[in-house]
Amino acid sequence: MPKLKAEEIIAAVEEKFGGRVKSKKLDAIDPFFVIEPGDLIEVCTFLRDDSRLRFEMLNSISGVDYFEPDPKKAPKAGFEPHTEVVYHLSSITHHHRAVFKLILPRWKDNKPGELPDVPSVSSLWKTANWHEREVFDLSGINFVGHPDLTRILLSDDWVGHPLRKDYEFPLEYHGIRGR
Amino acid sequence: MATATTHPDPTIVEFDVRTDEMLVNMGPQHPSTHGVLRLVLRTDGEIISEVTPHLGYLHRCAEKIGENVTPIQFIPYTDRMDYLAGMNMNLAYSMAVEKLCAMKVPEKAQVIRVIIAEMNRIASHLLGMGAYGLDLGTFSPFLYAFREREMILDLFEEVCGARLTYSYITIGGAHDDLPDGWCDRCQKFLDYLYPRIPEYHALLTTNHIFVQRTANLGIMTKEQALSYGCTGPVLRGSLDRSKGDVAWDLRKIEPYSGYENYNFKAIVPPFDPPFDKLPPGAVLGDAWHRFTVRMLEVVEAIEITKQALTKYRQLKADGDKVLADHEAKKASLSADEKKKADAAVAEQMKSKYSHRIEPPRHLPAGEAYMETEAPRGQMGFYIVGRFTKDPVPLRVRARSSCFCNLSVTSEVCAGCLIADIPAIVGSMDFVMGEVDR
Repeated sequence: MPKLKAEEIIAAVEEKFGGRVKSKKLDAIDPFFVIEPGDLIEVCTFLRDDSRLRFEMLNSISGVDYFEPDPKKAPKAGFEPHTEVVYHLSSITHHHRAVFKLILPRWKDNKPGELPDVPSVSSLWKTANWHEREVFDLSGINFVGHPDLTRILLSDDWVGHPLRKDYEFPLEYHGIRGR
Repeated sequence: MATATTHPDPTIVEFDVRTDEMLVNMGPQHPSTHGVLRLVLRTDGEIISEVTPHLGYLHRCAEKIGENVTPIQFIPYTDRMDYLAGMNMNLAYSMAVEKLCAMKVPEKAQVIRVIIAEMNRIASHLLGMGAYGLDLGTFSPFLYAFREREMILDLFEEVCGARLTYSYITIGGAHDDLPDGWCDRCQKFLDYLYPRIPEYHALLTTNHIFVQRTANLGIMTKEQALSYGCTGPVLRGSLDRSKGDVAWDLRKIEPYSGYENYNFKAIVPPFDPPFDKLPPGAVLGDAWHRFTVRMLEVVEAIEITKQALTKYRQLKADGDKVLADHEAKKASLSADEKKKADAAVAEQMKSKYSHRIEPPRHLPAGEAYMETEAPRGQMGFYIVGRFTKDPVPLRVRARSSCFCNLSVTSEVCAGCLIADIPAIVGSMDFVMGEVDR
């Protein structure tokens, strides 16, 4: 089976899901497409099981927070505040890679502190189990349907999600002074 | 508590041993967990029913630091991820930044990177071998491995002044050129190491006691390995060449840094002679296979380094010749021609014969994900640049190979004995610095 180019992979997904692919960027270094969180499981199942694609391996899930905490710099930042979850996949069978994203509001229903929801793909790839825990822990994304969504790198009683740009460093943790 | 029960035959007394499920904490200070890993074992007697790894004891917020410092400033932090293969971590991060900035690294710098990365792979695998021996209760391989590793560290010290946290490979190439005579010393070391590999095989790989401890233990299928995102020797130990599995080594599949120009094999079972005949009990995907893949990779790394050294010598000689020719010609040229010739030579040096090119001051907007084959698997970095002209990235994400390799332990270890835990966990050969970042 041939190795597909990133454009061909995106075309295959578009052919199957049509307008549910919200946007795509073909001139990026790693071309990617954007889908809605509600379609995530369906798209991932297709990416994993379609004979042309066969993405057996989920390399990485990353949370990226697009936010400029400095109000002076914010208008020039070049983006509206939002959070992205980026999935990097690769196929052992066909040796190709794919990147896709979910674009989410920073907070669910714009209520600060309410984490945005994303369905968990840990039933499709077991890698996702720990990666989603890490993204939850550090970037503050709530993965719905995850078997055990607890903090993985930070301690269980930690407050906040450090990779959020508006995260405030704690001054004290169990009697240890921070600054 | 044991209570005697009656048996039809009065000469036999049967004991009904009632055992309770017990939670046992292994680590974070246990010597065989290779750092600060804490495993909570649910045991019934000696049999383990569940293993829960707890991480984070070595978390140093590398990703948060990454989005507050410039890429060059972040290089020393990558050393501290997989501190046994610092050069490979530097390489992975540098290549991700270069991908984002669309930089083309000069050929000589690429060759230096290959030499250094493969030497570090040898050092890392040697330490992995020695430490695995320690886990299984044999001390001598550790000493032999350290004797050899020490020589590599001496070579690295000559190159960059550091013995553990190198920060040598940097964005745009390598920090400095290799010192005079280094190639000869490196060659001498490789000639010294190569005949010693059979000794390691005699000490461990084919040693009856070692085989008894590792064969048929911690078996991981290919499907499990892929689903858990395992890479590197851990994945390759579960692949089968005879069934048409591709040798999943990024140096072969997606060659970077000029790896396509080297003649080497990616190690996938079944192994070539003399290891084509498996020791008794060994099955595909067990701890023995993972260990042997690593040992055979050392030989391939020696091969690659030797070829790279030849390339380096050639490039250095060519580069020196270009400079010397230019110097000799310069006197006879007019001022205008001289300027042109200077620029031409500078361009040639930049594209081919220099060890480093200057990275751009600002990161472009956009994002890049780059994976390289580190000794422990695919080390990936995902970098997002800012839209404003800013030297600091918006996000740095490290995709750690050991993080994925470790997540499979809870499935592989279920049902084994407590004493087998160090043997399985050791065969994954992870470094907690990389897991926790």
